[in-house]
Amino acid sequence: MTWTHKHLLGLEGLSRDELTFLLDTAERFHEVLDRPIPFVPALRGKTILNMFYEPSTRTSMSFAMAGKRLSADMVGFSKLTSAVQKGENLLDTVRTIESMRVDGVVIRHSCPGSAKFIADRIDAFVVNAGDGAHEHPTQGLLDLFAARKRVGSFEGKRLVIVGDITHGRVARSAIIGFAAMGAKVTICGPPTLIPRDLGKAFPYIEIDHDFDRASKDADMVMMLRIQLERQHTGLFPSIREYRRLYCLTAQRLKKLKPDVVVMHPGPMNRGVEIEPAVADGANSVILAQVRAGVAVRMAILYILAGGELER
Amino acid sequence: MREHRLADATEIGRMITRIATQIIEHNKGVEDLALVGIVRRGDVLARRLAAELKRLEGHEVPVGVIDITLYRDDLQLAAEMPMVQTSSIPFDISDKIIVLADDVLFTGRTVRAALTEILDFGRPRMIQLAVLVDRIHRELPIGADFIGRKIPAARDEIIDVYFQETDGKEGVFIKKRANEETEK
Repeated sequence: MTWTHKHLLGLEGLSRDELTFLLDTAERFHEVLDRPIPFVPALRGKTILNMFYEPSTRTSMSFAMAGKRLSADMVGFSKLTSAVQKGENLLDTVRTIESMRVDGVVIRHSCPGSAKFIADRIDAFVVNAGDGAHEHPTQGLLDLFAARKRVGSFEGKRLVIVGDITHGRVARSAIIGFAAMGAKVTICGPPTLIPRDLGKAFPYIEIDHDFDRASKDADMVMMLRIQLERQHTGLFPSIREYRRLYCLTAQRLKKLKPDVVVMHPGPMNRGVEIEPAVADGANSVILAQVRAGVAVRMAILYILAGGELER
Repeated sequence: MREHRLADATEIGRMITRIATQIIEHNKGVEDLALVGIVRRGDVLARRLAAELKRLEGHEVPVGVIDITLYRDDLQLAAEMPMVQTSSIPFDISDKIIVLADDVLFTGRTVRAALTEILDFGRPRMIQLAVLVDRIHRELPIGADFIGRKIPAARDEIIDVYFQETDGKEGVFIKKRANEETEK
């Protein structure tokens, strides 16, 4: 396997072999997490900066933990406590960081393309931890990792992604990743929450506004978080109606395949997009996804840091 | 480059029998013993030693496998990335006598990495080292307890051990290093 990418800006453009290589490497790190001492010295002496311009707990913690488990020096940065608060622009912040000689930068920013903007301007490797509505590649990888443990191969398997796709970098990375692995992807949700030209961007997906019909023979369902703060934007009528049409309830689950894999990127609105009994039930891999998150982030940091001298 | 065979399958078999006998003699039996092989080929040696110990003492000795990639002191992976193998030590190593197995002992750096990794799994009572081939040019103060054969090869010579399980052929071979070829 020849790994040729300096950065991870998105899952777009990665081949099935490359994705498989990432997942297989993550498998190895998943084993490290089980050890009495869950640390390896692989990235000793490397410095990685965690830049979070948007609030995030699980992703920033997961990256910090992944880096520490590899013995890298993880330096945290959040918008609230930095000079960004004093009006420093992104490029100046990046130059400041560059002069401190870091090996890698993990960035979360509300602006699509921000990870690429930085990647084009510094020597360090860059990992996109979510850039606006564009992509969230490590989330896509951890979804693949958690699902693969259950379904084995993705070839010909059906994934239904349910919910708010308009604001969804999680959905975009999932569509790209699962499709590249050979799965058939169906998008489901109220028409107002699905971008009108989504079918143009991804001609290989199906769009269906009827959850029951879309999920009938699904092998995997991914329930996305409804951003409650957006409910007054007029994009969907009411929480009650959303729940009636799209919530994955225990009753709905009974109509699906008995071994359907239930995913949710978190944080969950229990009782809105997913019922607690389903979220905590046997079909759910939601907690496995969180654990997979650390393993895939270890894999990507390791691969990007390791290839450095050969570039 | 031409390879010369230094040992064939029969000779390797005899070396393994002798190493197994020495392990039993040295430890006065195989009680509390466990084998850990370093991938790839050290794990083959570990499994063969376990089979030999079973034959000689009638006792099953547990076998673990480690990949030291994540513990190397030279993280300069080639563009051709080696797939990191999963380490698997499916038993508690605390208070065990661990016999670490590898095919060739050369600079000692692999063994150094393996020692660090094993200690992350627990605290064994003792760690001993068994190798099929011991060549000189050590870069660290590390020595083997059980040795199949000492081969004082020159620095620009490569010693390869091939096992049926990993390579489809069996033997110890020596060849001159080609100019650009790096150490395996």
